[in-house]
Amino acid sequence: MIKYLIKRVLWMIPLLIGISLISFFIMHLAPGDITSNEAAFNPKTSEESRQKLRELYNLDKPVIVQYGLWMKRMATLDFGNSFASHQKPVFWQTTDKDGNITKGMVQEALPITLMINILGLIITLTLAIPLGIIAARKYGLWQDKSITLFNFIGFSIPGFWLSLLLMYWLGVVNNWLPISGLHSLNYESLDNWSKLKDSLSHLFLPVVIPSVTGLAGITLFVKNGMLDVFHQDYITTARAKGLSEHKVVYTHALRNALLPLITIVGLSIPGLIGGSVIAETIFAIPGMGKLFFDSVMMRDFPVIMGILTIGSALTLIGNLIADIAYAWADPRVRRGVVRD
Amino acid sequence: MNKSLLLKTLTNPLSKAGFIIIVTVFLLAMLAPIIAPYDPDNINVKAILLAPSFEHWMGTDGLGRDVLSRMLYGGRISLLVGLVAVGISTAIGIILGAIAGYYRGWVDTVIMRLVDVMLSIPSFFLILAVIAFLTPSIINVMIVIGLTSWMGVTRLVRAEFLSLQGREFVQASRTLGAKDTRLIFTHLLPNSLTPIIVSSVLGVAGAVLMESGLSFLGLGVQAPQASWGNILTDGKDYIQFAWWLSLFPGLAILITVLGYNLLGEGLRDALDPRSNNAK
Amino acid sequence: MMKNLAFLKLKKLNRNAKASSTLLLLILLSACSKPSQDASSESLKKLNQTYPSQSGGTFIDATIGEPSGLIYMVAGESAAGAISSNIFNKLLKYDKNLDLEGELAESWQISADQKTITFKLKPNLKWADGKPLTSADVLWTWQAVIDEKTGSPYASDYQLVKKAETPDVLTFSVTYEQAYAPALDSWSGLQILPKHLLAGQDLHTTAFARKPVGSHYYKLDSWTHGENIKLSRNANAVLGQAKIDNLITRIIPDSSAQFLELMADNIDSMGLDPIKYARIIPARPELQQKLALYKELGSGYTYLGFNLKHKPFDDVRVRHAFNYAIDKQEIIDGVYLGLGIDIASPYKPGTRWSNPALQPYPYDPAKAKVLLKEAGFIDSDGDGILERDGKPFSFEIITNQNKEREKSAVLIQRRLKDVGIQANIRAIEWASFISRFIKTGDFDVVVLGWGLGLDPDQYNIWHSSQQAPGQFNFIGYNNPTIDKLLEQGRLELNPDKRMKIYHEFAKVLLEDSPIVYLSAGYGLSAIHKRIKGIDSPAPPAGLGWNSYDWYIPEPLRRNEIAVK
Repeated sequence: MIKYLIKRVLWMIPLLIGISLISFFIMHLAPGDITSNEAAFNPKTSEESRQKLRELYNLDKPVIVQYGLWMKRMATLDFGNSFASHQKPVFWQTTDKDGNITKGMVQEALPITLMINILGLIITLTLAIPLGIIAARKYGLWQDKSITLFNFIGFSIPGFWLSLLLMYWLGVVNNWLPISGLHSLNYESLDNWSKLKDSLSHLFLPVVIPSVTGLAGITLFVKNGMLDVFHQDYITTARAKGLSEHKVVYTHALRNALLPLITIVGLSIPGLIGGSVIAETIFAIPGMGKLFFDSVMMRDFPVIMGILTIGSALTLIGNLIADIAYAWADPRVRRGVVRD
Repeated sequence: MNKSLLLKTLTNPLSKAGFIIIVTVFLLAMLAPIIAPYDPDNINVKAILLAPSFEHWMGTDGLGRDVLSRMLYGGRISLLVGLVAVGISTAIGIILGAIAGYYRGWVDTVIMRLVDVMLSIPSFFLILAVIAFLTPSIINVMIVIGLTSWMGVTRLVRAEFLSLQGREFVQASRTLGAKDTRLIFTHLLPNSLTPIIVSSVLGVAGAVLMESGLSFLGLGVQAPQASWGNILTDGKDYIQFAWWLSLFPGLAILITVLGYNLLGEGLRDALDPRSNNAK
Repeated sequence: MMKNLAFLKLKKLNRNAKASSTLLLLILLSACSKPSQDASSESLKKLNQTYPSQSGGTFIDATIGEPSGLIYMVAGESAAGAISSNIFNKLLKYDKNLDLEGELAESWQISADQKTITFKLKPNLKWADGKPLTSADVLWTWQAVIDEKTGSPYASDYQLVKKAETPDVLTFSVTYEQAYAPALDSWSGLQILPKHLLAGQDLHTTAFARKPVGSHYYKLDSWTHGENIKLSRNANAVLGQAKIDNLITRIIPDSSAQFLELMADNIDSMGLDPIKYARIIPARPELQQKLALYKELGSGYTYLGFNLKHKPFDDVRVRHAFNYAIDKQEIIDGVYLGLGIDIASPYKPGTRWSNPALQPYPYDPAKAKVLLKEAGFIDSDGDGILERDGKPFSFEIITNQNKEREKSAVLIQRRLKDVGIQANIRAIEWASFISRFIKTGDFDVVVLGWGLGLDPDQYNIWHSSQQAPGQFNFIGYNNPTIDKLLEQGRLELNPDKRMKIYHEFAKVLLEDSPIVYLSAGYGLSAIHKRIKGIDSPAPPAGLGWNSYDWYIPEPLRRNEIAVK
């Protein structure tokens, strides 16, 4: 097991290098750099100054040299500074000689995105597991079919359209929820209880809409897992032994059906870290998706590279943890019966 | 896909509904030049943003163009994007999956590591970056969605190949001296076709949705070419007022994607041995 | 029996499907229904009363993009300028009627040889932190903007200054190589920064960019990344006190969401597109009652530009034909819903630089056809598209992703087809647009816009020397007469003589038609009626010229605790 873990961790290094290579060269296929921004078309600006800026950021060097420079910095885990945002550090905060702290861009965006997506995942799971169980137990009956239909409708609605409809209905027509943003303007002056309420009301739509649209996949997964287990010998045995249906479903079948969910959660990590560009744009949430989109549009190379690398690294680590958790939860793997 | 599979699929009312939706949507898109009441590009600045009426069933847009006609023509583009994108990803997936699953060894390792790399980059980020950098157009949208969504099929095909190779009929023909290509094309591929079809059908649904999302970000099919995604995006600013601009494309996407999903799921169920002895 | 059961299942399912689709429909319908009229008639009356000017209150608006920092000479984008212009002063400013007046400067003098300008600062100026603001700050700011390490995109105007001096704390003088007429305008654009806080710092990395200290009406209170930027009144403001206490700018990247916030009364103002201005708000009484609509003519315009290095656009007859073939009134009506005017010179109509004698080309497709025939274009194969030397007249119009420009291109495409020209349209994302097409000169025709300053100098855009990649004469315009006029205009400081030069310049430009002027659209905005003191109709300097005198009467304020 330990040997296997070490092998897995070592594997991550070539993977990360592969990811950084792909990212870097895709990025530099692109026409344009940080100087092709809005101000590039202001007749009061000049090309010489843009050229100066390019030199400042080494953008005048060949791509391969730039990649070398980037790798050199990466060797010391230095993700560099943003071109577009006053040299904000890409990853983690820095302190200047006067003691001013400048927060890192990923440092600011990642917790927001993680919080929203983990809340969303919790909601998805709490809905999907019971729905999947019902669908499996009533397989082929109307309950199963209406759950399937409901889930698929949720999956099929273009998310931004549903979001705007709900923002209008709940935020403007009825004034039940705030429309966009993370906090009210008076957030700082609220007491803790009101702060919590304020945050939750702002988070409601951005969390609930993606969870509903993402329900279909996990429900189906649970349902199919349950069905698989229902047909296995030990369940038949349990039934034959006269155990109550309730007990069969909730102790034997469920535990085994839910095991593979660990893998699914592991696979959803890129989404948890990446967030949703569209939802974050609509709801004015300064998360990873929005940050990445803005960086792409502004050709802010260090930020694009930073996000792709950090995101992928976290994904790989997440997958590793998921695998370990799986091994720990599944006695067969633990005992070395099943490998890889 | 054999006939009995389709028949079996269609006994399920949901899948039947899905099938009917897909056929209808395709017919409408195909017949667009015949049934569209107006030229989709016909501008009429005197008839801007008219609400649905007898003359314009779905109203008119910001340049006085007939929304129904644009929906019909836009449907062709949206469906095309979905089909071509999935065609590309399925082709790549089959080739890489077949190579990995048939030859195994280091080839398999390399391909599967590539799959790992691709899977650990948030895929929407990759799509976003590539399309933004290549400049958005129908062709780029199709290619990029295709190039970033082949990993599932690859894994699927590889797994099928691995399991099929253990089966007697494959081993038998191998002992009889069948060539690699023959083995792949006559035995292995046909036998793994059905799961590929299921995943393709579901893939089209995803690609249609993806196009609308990219349109929202300004990276989808570009105006003046109509697609459901960009009609919807055009209408989103006026969602409470000129509601017809967003309602119809929104519903069209919803219904089409739903259709693909119901059909895909029905196919999967029909393939599933469990469905024969459901309790 | 089986059949029956299946039937039963189907029926149940149907009911279920119906139930869920009914639910969806319900959401859709109620989303489409109008909001209840919560604004009671009494609060409406309150909104429309007149109130004496009084200070206090909070004004909230929104921005699509977050500023990258608040040092404008480094940040460069308009989102940064919108906020930094409330924090920093300039030496000069334009008054209501677009005449220059002093802001930090009390007076200025131009030397007899017209090469030196001497600014006298107002006495006792202070930064928001209480430290004195002197000519040393001005000098330092000039040094910073021309410093290569700063890499300011706006450096070029200031690089022309050969020598800058501060004989005493209130005097700042600059000397140019030769007389430079746009100089004064340039000093109305440079935001003066505090030397005592910035000296020795790298302007790209300094924390000052996120917590600036200025001298203008407002100072920065807080900046919550991705959420909002809060300003409050600066007690040391050099120009006196503004009426409104707090300015809050919320960062809302999606325009639809922004409009929802405006409807829900969570922001006070927003820029509008013509459809919202002319169709949506007038059709909704509850919005019309609380929002006042404003339009002002900006100093920008939309145009169709030719790549003059590509055939057949080097032929003036072809360019004239385009001018006659394009129906500009149709664009104004169809794209701007009437909220634009057609122009014949690259200046804001009604200002002194705009030549009133010039008339736009009328829409005359017959004349366009004649001109195209003269240029050698004939439809020889009868397919409706003209050919010359066997090649059909077909090309691509490129534009950036801007709804108004895309729509204009669609209208142009149709009108060109009427006279036998085949145009295809491509909309391209901004960064690629600039670097792949404009810089490389790899385009035939563009639909774009120029946003112009208040000085008439347009040397960068039209002079033949400005054609290198990245420079602004990307259409490759080369006309010795124009070059000469532009050079004269830069040297002439007498406003009347200068006016004549630019009137002549605009006339030659119109005759030569290197671009087709499409229209100058109005800037449109909605501002909540609780904001009083707005000068309407907007004077030449624009709606915001007296924003420091805008006020919010106490009875109309939002619950202040709820905001602050």
